[in-house]
Amino acid sequence: MFKILGKRELNEQVTLMEIEAPLIAKKVRAGQFIIFRIDEYGERVPLTVADRDTEKGSITIIFQKVGRSTIMLGNLNEGDFILDVVGPLGVPTEIPEGAKKVAVIGGGVGCAIAYPQAKALCNSGIEVDVIAGFRNKDIVILEDEMRAVSTNYYITTDDGSYGTKGFVTNKLQELIDAGNHYDAVIAIGPVPMMKFVCAVTKPYGIKTIVSLNPIMIDGTGMCGGCRVRVGGKIKYACVDGPDFDGHEVDFDELMKRNSAYRDIEQHDREHICRLTGGVVNA
Amino acid sequence: MPNMQPEKTPVREQEPKVRARNFKEVSSCYTDAEALNEAQRCLNCKNKPCVSGCPVGVRIPEFIEKIREGDIPAAYDIIKTTNGLPAVCGRVCPQESQCESKCVRGIKSEPVGIGRLERYCADYMADKAPKSEKPAPNGHKVAIVGSGPSGLSCASDLAKLGYEVTVFEAFHTAGGVLMYGIPEFRLPKATVQREVDGLRALGVEIRTDMVIGKILSVDELFEMGYEAVFIGTGAGLPNFMGIDGESLVGVYSANEYLTRTNLMKAYLDDYDTPINHEKKIAVVGGGNVAMDAARSALRLGAEKVYIVYRRSADEMPARREEVHHAVEEGIEFRYLTNPVEILGDENGKVRGLKCVKMELTEPDQSGRRGVKPIEGSEFELETDAVIMAIGTSPNPLIRSTTKGLETNRRGCFVVDENMLTTREGVYAGGDAVTGAATVILAMGAGKSAAKSIDEYIKSKNNC
Repeated sequence: MFKILGKRELNEQVTLMEIEAPLIAKKVRAGQFIIFRIDEYGERVPLTVADRDTEKGSITIIFQKVGRSTIMLGNLNEGDFILDVVGPLGVPTEIPEGAKKVAVIGGGVGCAIAYPQAKALCNSGIEVDVIAGFRNKDIVILEDEMRAVSTNYYITTDDGSYGTKGFVTNKLQELIDAGNHYDAVIAIGPVPMMKFVCAVTKPYGIKTIVSLNPIMIDGTGMCGGCRVRVGGKIKYACVDGPDFDGHEVDFDELMKRNSAYRDIEQHDREHICRLTGGVVNA
Repeated sequence: MPNMQPEKTPVREQEPKVRARNFKEVSSCYTDAEALNEAQRCLNCKNKPCVSGCPVGVRIPEFIEKIREGDIPAAYDIIKTTNGLPAVCGRVCPQESQCESKCVRGIKSEPVGIGRLERYCADYMADKAPKSEKPAPNGHKVAIVGSGPSGLSCASDLAKLGYEVTVFEAFHTAGGVLMYGIPEFRLPKATVQREVDGLRALGVEIRTDMVIGKILSVDELFEMGYEAVFIGTGAGLPNFMGIDGESLVGVYSANEYLTRTNLMKAYLDDYDTPINHEKKIAVVGGGNVAMDAARSALRLGAEKVYIVYRRSADEMPARREEVHHAVEEGIEFRYLTNPVEILGDENGKVRGLKCVKMELTEPDQSGRRGVKPIEGSEFELETDAVIMAIGTSPNPLIRSTTKGLETNRRGCFVVDENMLTTREGVYAGGDAVTGAATVILAMGAGKSAAKSIDEYIKSKNNC
């Protein structure tokens, strides 16, 4: 059992939770993830670790309440317990060797995963430009945290209600055009966003790292559900990733694979008794 | 005078049509009368050929004699002296190629139903078995990585010797392949749980959610005071064929399909893990895992399930009983058939499996017949899902994070005759050493390793 030490709503959809997990806190590095199972009936759901506190022995996760399990997790409060948390899984993000300046791009809740990366880069003395993109002002998350670990922080919203109107790709192109030289770009967000960021960086040959979150069960290479095509070869996001060279990833195939259970998930959203029925940890 | 009835005493089974739609166990346990009748078929041979066929050396004629005497607890105790998991082995061991293949009765008629009798003893004792007494601790700690058959049997033997044993399991539930792989209708999960609980009663600590190689390294286990480490991490990585279309939605490894079903219980409404209920499913492969996946697919509501196997029935590695059950349940076997491409629709979902017919070639030097495709024989099977059950490879998580552990080109740990790896104090066994094999062979390896670990720790401490 893993105790929830703290909970904060970052916006209507996105929740931050601090979970007591001293062994994981000791080992986890930026880019790695955990899998949680809320109770005996729960799915195994992967979430990237956003932060850790080795003194408190805790890890921070930030998640969007989109599916059955994340909605149920969001219903839990400080002092409640999660049945299973396993990790750290996956390979930590490799900071590109010799990099002096890196652009970290987060799309929506992807900022939760981009944040530890920006922080790790900043801690190693690398200049970090953060571009954070959101649909609108109401769902902006982690602005203060990101500002604290970046040299320049740019925000874009689709509707222009905050920061620059437009997409992260527009801002990135603008920065490149203005003469900024990036040794690498780290892009984390919805699959289409990562795909388009890669399209922007490719002509310049800027190494672009993306963090993938496909469907998986065990997180140790056992089910093969998270297989993605990278450079024409099949890789398992859980053990070979979750970070990959974005210029090599077959994003279209990934989008199709991620839709494998869409019909069932849709049905879940229409049938929500267990999500709100208070039987969590009953 | 032994009972000279030529056939095994039949075991009651659910009707094929009925059982193909539920996850309840296929075969029932012998009744007392049936067990007695079957036990009386044993000749109690002096040289006990059956025992030599058992990888863990169960004292078969002795336990059967106790059944004849009506002393089932004594029969069970005899089994337990060498086999930590009788309820499991009685159900899933390939007895026909092990103990029962050596049975003298088998020469002229059917061998004694040793597996069925073993299961009878275990099931008879399920609610009666007294809690094992915790042995006096000897003050030495051993870590076991993986709680599948090899890890559990190693833990069991060491705990009985007084070792303080901790089993580290990556999943949230102990049992390894017994939990995630073998389906409920062949091996009820409550049965596995009972065996695991029995280990806990012996004082074994089981720590779930612990991926060794990630949260703790083998070196850190030694730093924590464990004097020896046994690696029984199995062969968990699924193989794919490398043909086009394997990334389509609706293509699963048998591991994924079975884990969703067995471990995550996706077939029960109460559980959240989703599973798609495809209607026409092709399972590629001819082993027990292929049978398990195909029969699970039927139970999940598939209307048509094919087994696609590139060789002929004679070469099929699955247990005869599993094949027989699968045929009875209506699974269609396409022998001498090999997939060449998985076909998808515009949404990236499976719509069919393109196969080629194969023919057997002359036996090679090892006597095994190969196969080759028949030119121009391509055809399409209409399916909406394909399950790949063509084998698994060992998981690299430990070998890639532990210095000095040698593996062969297939990624299996290299061990000596004492199950010792190339690193002092580190032992390995089961599928992690052999590649995918059987539950009982893994248990045998766990037992051998326990013996070696005991000798190693004793000699190191001069006791």
